[in-house]
Amino acid sequence: MLLYALRRLIYLIPVAFGVSLLVFALVHLAPGDPISAIVPPDAPKEVVDKLKEYYGFDQPLPVQYLRWLGVTLTGDLGTSIGTGRSVAAEVGSAFGNTIILAIAATSLAFTLAVILGTAAAYAKSRVVDRLVTMISLIGVSVPHFWLAIVLVIIFAVELGVLPPMGIGPENSTGWTFDRAHLAHMVLPTIALSVIPLGVVTRTVRSTVKETLSMEFVTALQAKGMRDSRILFHVLKNAAPTCLAVMGLQAGNLIGGSILIETVFAWPGTGFLLNSAIFRRDLPILQGTTLVLAGFFMLLNLTVDIIQTMVDPRIKRG
Amino acid sequence: MTNMLQVRDLHVTFVTPDRTVHAVNGVSFDLARGETLGILGESGSGKSVTLRSILRLHPEHRTRWSGSIKLEGDEILDMAPRALSDLRGQRVSMIFQEPATAFDPVFTIGQQIAETVRRHTGKSQTESMKRAKDLLEMVRIPSPAQRLKAYPHEMSGGMRQRAMIALALSCNPTLLLADEPTTALDATVQIQVLLLIRELQREFNLGVIFVTHDIGVAVEVSDRIGVMYAGKLVEMAPVERMVDAPQHPYSRGLLASTVHDGMRGQRLESIPGAPPDLAEVPSGCSFAPRCKFVRPDCTAAVPSLRDVEAAHAVRCVLAA
Repeated sequence: MLLYALRRLIYLIPVAFGVSLLVFALVHLAPGDPISAIVPPDAPKEVVDKLKEYYGFDQPLPVQYLRWLGVTLTGDLGTSIGTGRSVAAEVGSAFGNTIILAIAATSLAFTLAVILGTAAAYAKSRVVDRLVTMISLIGVSVPHFWLAIVLVIIFAVELGVLPPMGIGPENSTGWTFDRAHLAHMVLPTIALSVIPLGVVTRTVRSTVKETLSMEFVTALQAKGMRDSRILFHVLKNAAPTCLAVMGLQAGNLIGGSILIETVFAWPGTGFLLNSAIFRRDLPILQGTTLVLAGFFMLLNLTVDIIQTMVDPRIKRG
Repeated sequence: MTNMLQVRDLHVTFVTPDRTVHAVNGVSFDLARGETLGILGESGSGKSVTLRSILRLHPEHRTRWSGSIKLEGDEILDMAPRALSDLRGQRVSMIFQEPATAFDPVFTIGQQIAETVRRHTGKSQTESMKRAKDLLEMVRIPSPAQRLKAYPHEMSGGMRQRAMIALALSCNPTLLLADEPTTALDATVQIQVLLLIRELQREFNLGVIFVTHDIGVAVEVSDRIGVMYAGKLVEMAPVERMVDAPQHPYSRGLLASTVHDGMRGQRLESIPGAPPDLAEVPSGCSFAPRCKFVRPDCTAAVPSLRDVEAAHAVRCVLAA
């Protein structure tokens, strides 16, 4: 098992190389000049050239790439054009904030999805099954940024029970585990969990239902197993499929929460990406995308390893 | 011999919103300890449904039962869910047709036998594993200690069926239900598994109900054979009697449509037509539409199962 994990980790190297190439190329293929964002439109040509030289934009692209890759590998992601701060520090703190939100949303979505999906699969009455199917359909169809705004209107504006935006109180410097910060998390977590909740509930329902119709479930009943034990057997069989879907959804939460983070002004990677795009802040864009892609790869690897641990039939070759 | 199992006028009906299927329509038989009853019939004759009813394995909310199934005096059809689950795997256990699908693919063979032992005996995990190993040895699986850690897909079909037999016998049942246990196996492996079942049946004095559509297999393992057609037993006789002098036209047709030695060049007998739709309750003999000897009184009323001789009963107006 350890050897398998190691081998999979080595396979990631060429993928990571490809990702770095793509990240670098995409930013340079996009229209617009990063220098024009930080200097006034009427800046003298010498100043612009000097800045280009300072940031290395005057070099040919392959040279720029190798230089960028070289410093990136040392952990230095460059300096933000917009704020002048180190990209590593900016992305680091934003990534931490995003992860906290993503973990909360993933846990909420996955827990609810397993309960609802299993209940629907086991349900003998059609009402329960239809209700769960409806919930999951709403989850995948409702625009989550719209839901976010509705949540803010209801709970922050009308009822005034939860804060509408931000990561914590006014003077907060970063996320800490306390009441005020947790209260700020509630609405974004709910808004972020609706899509994975819908998708995963559907997967759990169909997978558990399929597993329940298998002969071994009858065989388990025939040898007198208690219902709880049978449920354990069924869930372990359904786990690989559900985990794969959940892994993809968790990846989407990390990378794709731009809208939610913008609505709630949550200082995460989505928020950072959004502002970097408007400021044409190339180093930030590259750094964030690279970190997110790297995390996505590791997440997939983790899901794959868990799957092979759960289901012995998945080949480790 | 005392009768361990008594099945009386068993009816099983499956009700779904779209249709109703009368799968078993009044089956009665007895089984003594140490006796093997072979139930023979084609697909859809209700033989597997009858067998599974003894453990009440059909989905409760879609199944209607009536009649009586008594095991050592206990009425199975009235049993509370808890008592029923105590009985399953302990007093009555079952071998399935497809050992490949009857084992949970993500648990090892050892875990699956041990969990059954733990459930019914309350032994510790270690003791249960020890028992599982002994059981694998008993069904002659080579290197049992290693096989305990094997997953079902890592074993051959014959080996899996042996493991299934080991599992079924793990809690010393008195009644073993075998649902076409050799159908999915190769011919050579079939014989080995049949011999193993026969041997263990004698050793533990088990009552065995062996459901099959293979006449050769039924003759090989059974003391008595019951032939089922359209949810009813149409004939029941000791095995020699069934082979030598079948009375019901359907049994005769079945036995005539097998291949024996010295049949090269001869045309194989077959029974024309197809079994009836079980959505309707028959008003006469279900076999009448396919029967060569049909008479007006065949369709007038459902023929009763009559004894034509000691231990030989036939459901046909023609039987003498």
